[in-house]
Amino acid sequence: MIETPSVDWLALSPTVALLVASGLALLAAVVVPEWTRKAVASGVALAGFVTAAVLAGVVFDESPTPEVLLSGSMARDQLAALAQVILAVTGAVVVLVSWAERRRDNHGEYYALLTAAGAGMVFFVSAEDLMTLFLGLEWFSLCLYVLVALDTERAASLEAGLKYLVVGGFGSAVLLFGSAFVYGATGEIGFAEIASASSTDDTFLLAGLAMILAGLAFKVSAAPFHMWTPDVYQGAPSSVTAFMSAATKTAALVVLLRVLVTTFPNEADIWTIAVAVIACVSLVWGNLAALAQRDLKRLLAYSSISHAGFMLMAIAANSERGGEALLYYLVPYSAMSVGAFAVVAARERELGRAVTLESLAGLGWERPFYGIAMWTFMLGMAGFPLTGGMFGKLFVFSAAYDSGDWWLVLVGVAATAISLAYYLNVVRWLYMRAGTELRLAPAGGSPPNDPALATAVGAAVVVTVGSFFAVQPILDAAADAAASLPF
Amino acid sequence: MLTTALILLPVAGALVVAVLPLPRETTAGLALLVALMEVGLWIVAAARFDFDDGGLQLGTSREWVESLGISYSVGFYGFSLWLTGAAVIASAAAIGYAVWVGRDRPRAYHALMLLLTGAIVATFASQDLLLFYVSFEAMLIPLYVLVGVWGGARRQAATLTFVVYTMAGSLLMLASVVAFGVTQGTFSLVDSGTSDNVWVFLGFAIAFAIKAPLFPFHGWLPLAYREAPVEVAAVLSAIVSKTAIYGFLRIGLPKFPEPADDLSGVILVLAAAGLVYGSLLAFRAPDLRGVIAYSSMAQMGLITLGVFAFDDLGLDGAVLQSVAHGLVSASMFLLVGMVEHRCGTGELASLGGMARGRPLLATVVMVAGMIALAVPGSATFAGEFLIMAGVYGQGWGYSVVVALGIVLAAMYTLRIISAILHVKPGPAVRDEALDLRTGELALILPMILALLVLSAWPALISQSSFAGEELSGWTAYPPPPEETR
Repeated sequence: MIETPSVDWLALSPTVALLVASGLALLAAVVVPEWTRKAVASGVALAGFVTAAVLAGVVFDESPTPEVLLSGSMARDQLAALAQVILAVTGAVVVLVSWAERRRDNHGEYYALLTAAGAGMVFFVSAEDLMTLFLGLEWFSLCLYVLVALDTERAASLEAGLKYLVVGGFGSAVLLFGSAFVYGATGEIGFAEIASASSTDDTFLLAGLAMILAGLAFKVSAAPFHMWTPDVYQGAPSSVTAFMSAATKTAALVVLLRVLVTTFPNEADIWTIAVAVIACVSLVWGNLAALAQRDLKRLLAYSSISHAGFMLMAIAANSERGGEALLYYLVPYSAMSVGAFAVVAARERELGRAVTLESLAGLGWERPFYGIAMWTFMLGMAGFPLTGGMFGKLFVFSAAYDSGDWWLVLVGVAATAISLAYYLNVVRWLYMRAGTELRLAPAGGSPPNDPALATAVGAAVVVTVGSFFAVQPILDAAADAAASLPF
Repeated sequence: MLTTALILLPVAGALVVAVLPLPRETTAGLALLVALMEVGLWIVAAARFDFDDGGLQLGTSREWVESLGISYSVGFYGFSLWLTGAAVIASAAAIGYAVWVGRDRPRAYHALMLLLTGAIVATFASQDLLLFYVSFEAMLIPLYVLVGVWGGARRQAATLTFVVYTMAGSLLMLASVVAFGVTQGTFSLVDSGTSDNVWVFLGFAIAFAIKAPLFPFHGWLPLAYREAPVEVAAVLSAIVSKTAIYGFLRIGLPKFPEPADDLSGVILVLAAAGLVYGSLLAFRAPDLRGVIAYSSMAQMGLITLGVFAFDDLGLDGAVLQSVAHGLVSASMFLLVGMVEHRCGTGELASLGGMARGRPLLATVVMVAGMIALAVPGSATFAGEFLIMAGVYGQGWGYSVVVALGIVLAAMYTLRIISAILHVKPGPAVRDEALDLRTGELALILPMILALLVLSAWPALISQSSFAGEELSGWTAYPPPPEETR
């Protein structure tokens, strides 16, 4: 009889909940009559994400000290649990955004893939060795490749899917190659074991570190590994873009933090510089390129690259305060990002075509709710007060300043100044251009009422503004999570 | 609690006005009511305030972010209570004016105006560096839309330059806030010590210099003041600019005594240059708003001279002058609005002769103008005299510049008075143009009356701003070095 390791089902429960939801949604695509298919599949997906969020919350509560499970391949700690909460809540909101997406069929498949991707990410953030790291990455990436290309009748969607597949596959290959180097250098695959087995000045180990960093930077969409981001974000269905911009980034950044801090503490003086440089490049390139965009989804894509830069600043600090800053930042960032893409989706459905800055004209006056929401998200991304975005920037800057990276703070400040130009430009189009020539109701009559989307946008606004006033509870959770890493 | 109520009342009013689907007039009336209640609340606060006590009063403090030492901490000193008083009165008058002219989209407009009022009061009340930054920035959000949506023909260019300038300053300030707070371990202005880092001080100083604006950071001023709706320009010049003075008084001097002292020479020279340059530009400006805008810049230079005089007289004078200029500038901008409303233009060449048959307009413009040009016996004269006497300690040349500024102020103020009231009737002045209406008088007269009271009794402010002789409990300016200055 083969000896099996004991399984901690509670730690695995968020993943399992999402997998079950995925299976049920897929089943719904076949078994349930067509007219209830969408309702059943989305209901199952919503329930799956909500259950996963609750279970992850329980795990967060029950895991004050970090443990490793399943022969050292998975971590059960508050870092993973907090990231899982953020991921699952994001997923639940995205289900609401997806509800009224115009799609002839494939509802069951869509929600099955969405929950499966969520399950992959939830699994990914608790990776504790190179094997689970790669498995988790491929698990959610494969689901996303299909999701991006799901609108088969749109060429842009197919093109985006192909681009994402090629570039993402390359990124995964780099990561795998790097893992092989690290294994070759140390003979270990567990993160903590590698740290204790590694000797300094091992060229193979350093090459492995560089390649793992690059592979994860692809998923974070940090410059210069961002080339796929604008095209994919623009081409993918808006709800999928919303999911990717918030969830993929959360998962990849949390894992990057964990890998760098747990696996390569001895090489910290090297990777902190590398991450700081990547952060710097992302800030500069993301913001400058965003200035030139007319298409709103592309603009938000570049903005997400610059936000990756801010969050990498926190990782580069290599301190508990940095980890705290990253995890705090992820909360308002995810909300603003999902919210902004949801508003884009609403406008897209109303106009029946891609949303450019011009087609936002007058939105603020015609749809006061979406207008104020978009205004809030833009101000939040620019780091204005009354949104959690400000505290996110503040914490990141203070973490960087604390670690002596004052030059990085200045780059961040300059990047924020540049970013104002395009964020406020969106506000300008919302309110200061009359939308007379665009006031067309495309598919006949007034735009469809979409309570699910409105709920999603409302929830995003609440989180964005709420994370400003209720900083302390979120920061406490972030501090607990950061404390589970060996800084 | 009272201070929190002062901050939250306009914010809550803004939410109510924005959300309730009331008819136009009711919305506007509700906004005005909230603004008047705010003035009433301030009077209650002033009545409860003990002006002989130099410490922080009416304070509330609550932890916000414990690990970084950030708290919601508000309260007033004598000088900040006076600045707040000018702010609530001027913003009530501005909202009243907007009600009077009936701005479009009243729900959004009045909600933003009330939000702006709340942010300004919060700035004057904040005793935590981060709260100060938050409120300082929060002012920009409503201002951006107020100018951008309801402004004149070139409003988009105006908002762009305004936002670029102020945000550049604010972000420098954010970097300084982070550096100061992290180094000190607390963001509280009450608990933190002093810093001798020149760069951190510069971050604050530049942000304040842009907001004021001080020469040479005034690039945004002419467009913003010309293109903003006139009552928004009034709020900008009367009170938003004074938040910079509060910043210098509460953060610049007490937290950075050494850098402030080291750089005082540069700042004094720039302020003096701004005073003269602004006055000259005001004298050359072809339109009413240009004159008031540049005169506002000149006055901010003057007040800064008082702040960096580093002695009691200068500081008292700076606060008195801030309050007086706040009221004068708000009155003048609203009067400009009323004249523009009647004539459709503010070009000085097209105006004139309005005194004939319009006694009320003539009297009010005359009185406001006399106070603006600091006629001896007026509150502004008292303020300028204190500043002149105070800055003498830094060098007699500065006092000469202040005296020159008073002369130039007389020149440009008399120029617009005569351009509006006297000479021949200009092409834009029609005979049907009415005298001031009762509603308009009701907006201006309270401010004029407050100015007359201050003219009769300037010591009301100058003696209570820093609680008498010793500035007990809180050093408002760096102590002079051992060897006599």
